[in-house]
Amino acid sequence: MAEHCAVIGVGQTQHDAKRIDVSQYGLVREAAERALEDAGMTYADIDAVVVGKAPDMFEGVMMPELMLADSLGAVGKPMLRVHTAGSVGGSTAIVAASLIQAGVHDRVLTVSYEKQSESNAMWALSVKVPFQQGMVAGAGGYFAPLIRAYMKRSGAPEDTGIRVALKDRQNALKNPYAHLKLEGIDFDQIANSPMLWDPIRYLETCPSSDGACAMVLGNAAVAKKAPKKPAWVHATAMRTEPTMFSGRDQVNPQAGQDCARVLYKKAGISDPRKEIDCCEIYVPFSWFEPMWMENLHFAPESEGWKMTYEGATALDGDLPVNMSGGVLSSNPIGASGMLRFAEIANQIRGEAGEHQVDGAKKGLGHAYGGGSQFFSMWIVGDQPL
Amino acid sequence: MRDVAVVSFAQTKNVRRENRRNEVEMLIPVVQEAVEKSGVPKQEIGFYCSGSSDYLAGQSFSFVMAVDCLGAWPPIAESHVEMDGAWALYEAWIKIQCGEADSALIFSFGRSSPGVIRETLVLQLDPYTLAPLGADPVSLAALQARALLESTDHSEREMAEVAARNRSNAKNNPYAQLTGDFDVDELLAEPYFVSPLRKHDCAPISDGATAIVIAADDVARKASKKPAWIRGIDHRIESHQLGLRDLSQSTSTSLAGEKAGAIDIDVAELHAPFSHQELILRDALSLGDDVKINPSGGALAANSVMVAGLTRIGEAANAIWDGTARRALGHATSGPCLQQNLVCVLEGE
Amino acid sequence: MSEAKQPIKSIVTPSRLEYDFTPGIATTRFLRHMEEGRIVGQRCAECTKVYVPARGSCPRCGVATKEEVEVGPNGTVTTFCVVRVPSENIDLTLPYTAAHILLDGADIPFFALIQECDAADVRMGMRVEAVWAAKEEWGPTFENIRYFRPIDEPDVPFDDFKEHL
Ligand SMILES: [Zn+2]
Repeated sequence: MAEHCAVIGVGQTQHDAKRIDVSQYGLVREAAERALEDAGMTYADIDAVVVGKAPDMFEGVMMPELMLADSLGAVGKPMLRVHTAGSVGGSTAIVAASLIQAGVHDRVLTVSYEKQSESNAMWALSVKVPFQQGMVAGAGGYFAPLIRAYMKRSGAPEDTGIRVALKDRQNALKNPYAHLKLEGIDFDQIANSPMLWDPIRYLETCPSSDGACAMVLGNAAVAKKAPKKPAWVHATAMRTEPTMFSGRDQVNPQAGQDCARVLYKKAGISDPRKEIDCCEIYVPFSWFEPMWMENLHFAPESEGWKMTYEGATALDGDLPVNMSGGVLSSNPIGASGMLRFAEIANQIRGEAGEHQVDGAKKGLGHAYGGGSQFFSMWIVGDQPL
Repeated sequence: MRDVAVVSFAQTKNVRRENRRNEVEMLIPVVQEAVEKSGVPKQEIGFYCSGSSDYLAGQSFSFVMAVDCLGAWPPIAESHVEMDGAWALYEAWIKIQCGEADSALIFSFGRSSPGVIRETLVLQLDPYTLAPLGADPVSLAALQARALLESTDHSEREMAEVAARNRSNAKNNPYAQLTGDFDVDELLAEPYFVSPLRKHDCAPISDGATAIVIAADDVARKASKKPAWIRGIDHRIESHQLGLRDLSQSTSTSLAGEKAGAIDIDVAELHAPFSHQELILRDALSLGDDVKINPSGGALAANSVMVAGLTRIGEAANAIWDGTARRALGHATSGPCLQQNLVCVLEGE
Repeated sequence: MSEAKQPIKSIVTPSRLEYDFTPGIATTRFLRHMEEGRIVGQRCAECTKVYVPARGSCPRCGVATKEEVEVGPNGTVTTFCVVRVPSENIDLTLPYTAAHILLDGADIPFFALIQECDAADVRMGMRVEAVWAAKEEWGPTFENIRYFRPIDEPDVPFDDFKEHL
């Protein structure tokens, strides 16, 4: 890596089911201006803008970065638009970081968003393409059989998913930006919530949100002058495998395992469970917490659920996971990955507010997408690597 | 900065409608050809990046199945931009500059035939004020052509000359779609399509795919007898509001050209889907009469959307490889009326 | 505030795009076989795995597939879920079971419905068969197979299909 890169500003919108109080322009600016203010900058200080978003059909605008050029202060500057399915928020942050690591730019603004309420996301996902096999069960129906396979393979207790959901929903109560804040949530409410795609219950699933997330990234010289403590990017990694091929392990995908392995190697981490202080990972259905704990090498195969059970992933555990409430509490799809990357950066910067993990020095941000096939991750630390 | 070169380029023939093969079936031979020609062993390619559009394909996540053409096993480092493949090449070039990879495969695919491209591109406009008007890309380009004709010395004759030259050049390009010899006076005698544009001023509607391999330093030197070195690459965007721009100029192209070092150019491959846009781009890049423009025939001979920009970089590399140019320029554009532009300057040894 | 000064919070702009899709060579062949009541996959020349429905390539090897292999019509449920929530474009009585079915002779499971069986009785490893629509209704479509139903064969042990979940 030629140049150091640090997160020097973080901003996000209030996430909600429908943000009809703002246009798409207003939504991205709400996040971008908070990030710029956090970095002590204005649009004029920025060299390049990198935008990420999931499918264009979610808003009904083709390549919307074109129309956002003015509102994000990108006129006369380079602007990129990334789309790597659900992992896009993470991939976008990685592309933005690479512009600095390459030594091409000093200050980069990166923004991810989704404003699903402007179109019909469920429709966009289920457009019936002739000649292809129809979706027979909706989005949750794609992942539910994999969760059942995980339960069978690991022998995890059936209430593991409920425990994850309870933890994340309680964490969300400490996050002022979270979409779903269920005061007084308890185990029984989740256990008794309707089974949607058996074995997935309603309160074990993510909502669908409007929202945006933004970060200002800078090189070492810029970071040293930043008004607040920077979070230094120690390593980034992306891995992809095909959607389907014979013998593919969709429960513990090789691409995720490889991505984590190369990430830790680059960051000089040999024992991730010990060396990483906290994580923000992409958990759209609660059962993915234990699955990803194994995939990310925090737990041996089939033992990820024990971390949840033992409270290791709780806010006061030895490896807190999704302190912000995670995707289960706010899910503006295109921004969900970047929210993980930005929330972990805020932990390292000591800027996470009520859901701050005391003394967090090294953290993991994680996103995945497609049929568990696209992975993007980064490690940030309180000192340059 | 690391020295990075284009080491191979492959493309499908551009056709009005590819009605036999699906995207993956189109891509497999193109990707294989690019890898074989590159001299870089497939398992050593360090990064993959593609460019495509869901709205063009008519389904969300359309790029996901394109991964099927790569043999992504063991898992690969891969990314995708919802942009012309030229920007995918830019992302790959950045990755190589970071030292994250020594080589990369870039590909893009675009089929305009499933939908009606003039209607699809309306959705690129601001959804609150412009898209509801149904302003289509040809009409917007016509506004731009009018601005050019009224505010400069450029003429409709020059536009017809651009169209005739590109399609004549394309006779030597087996991948082109619209080729042949056209008489400028006869073209000018044709009726207007969307005034002041005539049919010949507009690009054909195409389906196609392109793949390119780039490699750094010794990997490029070892793999290729004649690497086409990327001496500069830059891209810039302008306002989306057409009223805020002088449509007769392309300031973003000028700026990108300046940053990419677009001087002493022998051959320029310009991504101009409308004839007047080639005139604007030539002015923006100060390309004189001594510069050979679009030996491939350019976008006026084949215009697979999301692909044609990446193809221009490949064709610029072709000009280095066949000895036509010592320094060649590849240009890509995106958005209504040349809103966003990328310039890539290539050089032989 | 007078009505004229109320902020406009929403406008509706209907948009309609029509697409004319191309199935591709492999899918065309698959659908032509379906029209004749046969489920035919393709074998990868490199890794020898049989894909169904084949999309013309082995995604793992990145090569085109050509050799055709008839598979099914019986198969094994490798994993499943019970759907208790309605979805856009899906018109089925709730609850219903959607399963990964590994057709006999294939190396990759196929997503399909299980019916003529109580959702509570569906198991991983359960043997099933394809239930076809009436012959006169057959066309070049996946919909010729209406669903799968249990058959009277012993369950397949988990270890025999654990790589095809
Ligand atoms: Zn194979």
